[in-house]
Amino acid sequence: MPDSNAPAEALRHRFLTLEILRYNPQEAGSLPRLQSYRIEEADGMTLFIALNEIRTRQDPTLQFDFVCRAGICGSCAMMVNGRPRLACRTLTLDYPDHITLTPLPFFELIGDLSVNTGKWMRGMSERLATWLHGREETVDVTRIEERMEPEVAEAIYEMDRCVECGCCVAACGTAQMREDFVGAVGFGKIARFRLDPRDTRTDDDFYEVIGDDRGVFGCMSLLACHDVCPKNLPLQTQIAFLRRKMAMVG
Amino acid sequence: MHDRILITQAGLAERTRKSRWPARLDLLQSATGLLLALFLCGHLFFDSSILIGKDAMWVVSKFYEGYFFFGKAHPWLVSLVAGLLFVVFMAHALLALRKFPVNYRQYRTIRAHVRAMRHGDTRLWLWQVYSGFLLFFFGAAHLYQMAFWPQLIGPHASSDRIWSDALWPFYLILLTVAVLHAAIGLYRLALKWGWPRFSRPVLKFLRGTLFAFFLTLGLLALAQYMWIGLLHSDHYGERYTPSWAAPETQTAQGETP
Ligand code: HEM
Ligand code: SF4
Ligand code: SF4
Ligand code: FES
Repeated sequence: MPDSNAPAEALRHRFLTLEILRYNPQEAGSLPRLQSYRIEEADGMTLFIALNEIRTRQDPTLQFDFVCRAGICGSCAMMVNGRPRLACRTLTLDYPDHITLTPLPFFELIGDLSVNTGKWMRGMSERLATWLHGREETVDVTRIEERMEPEVAEAIYEMDRCVECGCCVAACGTAQMREDFVGAVGFGKIARFRLDPRDTRTDDDFYEVIGDDRGVFGCMSLLACHDVCPKNLPLQTQIAFLRRKMAMVG
Repeated sequence: MHDRILITQAGLAERTRKSRWPARLDLLQSATGLLLALFLCGHLFFDSSILIGKDAMWVVSKFYEGYFFFGKAHPWLVSLVAGLLFVVFMAHALLALRKFPVNYRQYRTIRAHVRAMRHGDTRLWLWQVYSGFLLFFFGAAHLYQMAFWPQLIGPHASSDRIWSDALWPFYLILLTVAVLHAAIGLYRLALKWGWPRFSRPVLKFLRGTLFAFFLTLGLLALAQYMWIGLLHSDHYGERYTPSWAAPETQTAQGETP
């Protein structure tokens, strides 16, 4: 009896209320407000699917970012019920039927849920010089690469998994109070290059970029960064490690 | 030295080699915090000697006045310790000021953040700020009193102060706030420096245990002082000397009734 089954099937699905922060800084007179949308939950629904559903069926003006929808590009981070998450990796099923969505704080707001994390990440990267400072100026691609111990390569890879989503910075109480704070993502990058035997920088050099209250000594070890990182980077131990090393320089 | 000042005044300090001071201040903040916390734990043990009996507390307080070394009580030794502690305390408070939310915008931001995030360790930090702020006043008053009236520490003198001078509400607040602040502080110290390398659940458990243990110990001792003070209120001001102790101890304090 497929017909009588259909309504029962539909009943299993909840109706969700998504309360979304709306604000367009480009529009004169726009004031931040929360707007509610009601949608029917579907099997395996992620916030990415839910938001697209709202945009195609209910409100084409809603702004939010997605690229890979697989937790790789890091562009879909937003505050879900007050905590930063990757929307494409968040199942609505794990939440009550009332979900609030707000943009990541700290970063430049483009509109609604869309923030310019890329701009800040680039600035951070330039400030901390988060690229390999090798011995040679030019890379000779014809030569065989230097050997690296597998354990070292693995430890570096562990930190390289960062997708620059900005969740750690949005979760960080220190960053909310002090705009010039480096943030866990920056510490993660420094820790990564510190591990790299090809990088010629010493702890004195690293001190020059993170050895102050905007850097590692400003971190109050609230560890929200560690708890929200969607890639589960070992931020807690890495920051503590950097703090010890930088304190030894001082 | 002079060059440095002029370069800094020109707003160019950031363009020179980075100062080593942030590192030292960070270490100092932790070191003073650790010292104060260890002192607090030791202090609460000695303090609660009153739970064993008046004689035990008398021995402890006389011990710190050097009675058993010099055969004579020197309350200024207590003043000295309290004074040194006051310096550490002030250094710690000064360094902690760097971390306080210092204007309305910062306070509103961190408070909203704590409320919306519902993240335990972030909330605890705010509690550390609140309790630290209260300690500014309660800790300072307590240390000041101990530094300037060290002779008024003893089974009866302390009880009289707590009960008849009605200082027990003060001690109740001081105790709760100090133990809370120290327990959170020690937990955060371990996370901050990554040592001891226990997992976070273990550290959380230790934090809770430390808090509960020292609060209970302190509360029991406070209750005991209040009780002794109540019984002793008719003899307010009279000092306690164990029957087995030499009468000399009283004269040494120079305040026999
Ligand atoms: C009984 C006296 C005190 C004890 C046992 C104590 C203990 C501690 C400890 C162990 C820490 C952790 C250190 C660190 O994070 O590096 C700490 C941090 C802190 N203390 Fe105290 N403290 C005391 C008094 C005070 C006072 C008077 C203030 C008021 C200004 C204060 C404000 C703070 C603040 C705001 C922090 C957090 C600093 C940060 O986030 O890095 N404390 N305290
Ligand atoms: S460290 Fe984690 S939370 Fe921070 S940007 Fe990288 S992936 Fe995102
Ligand atoms: S430990 Fe806390 S203060 Fe430090 S970067 Fe992470 S969230 Fe920010
Ligand atoms: S869309 Fe790329 S991480 Fe979510």
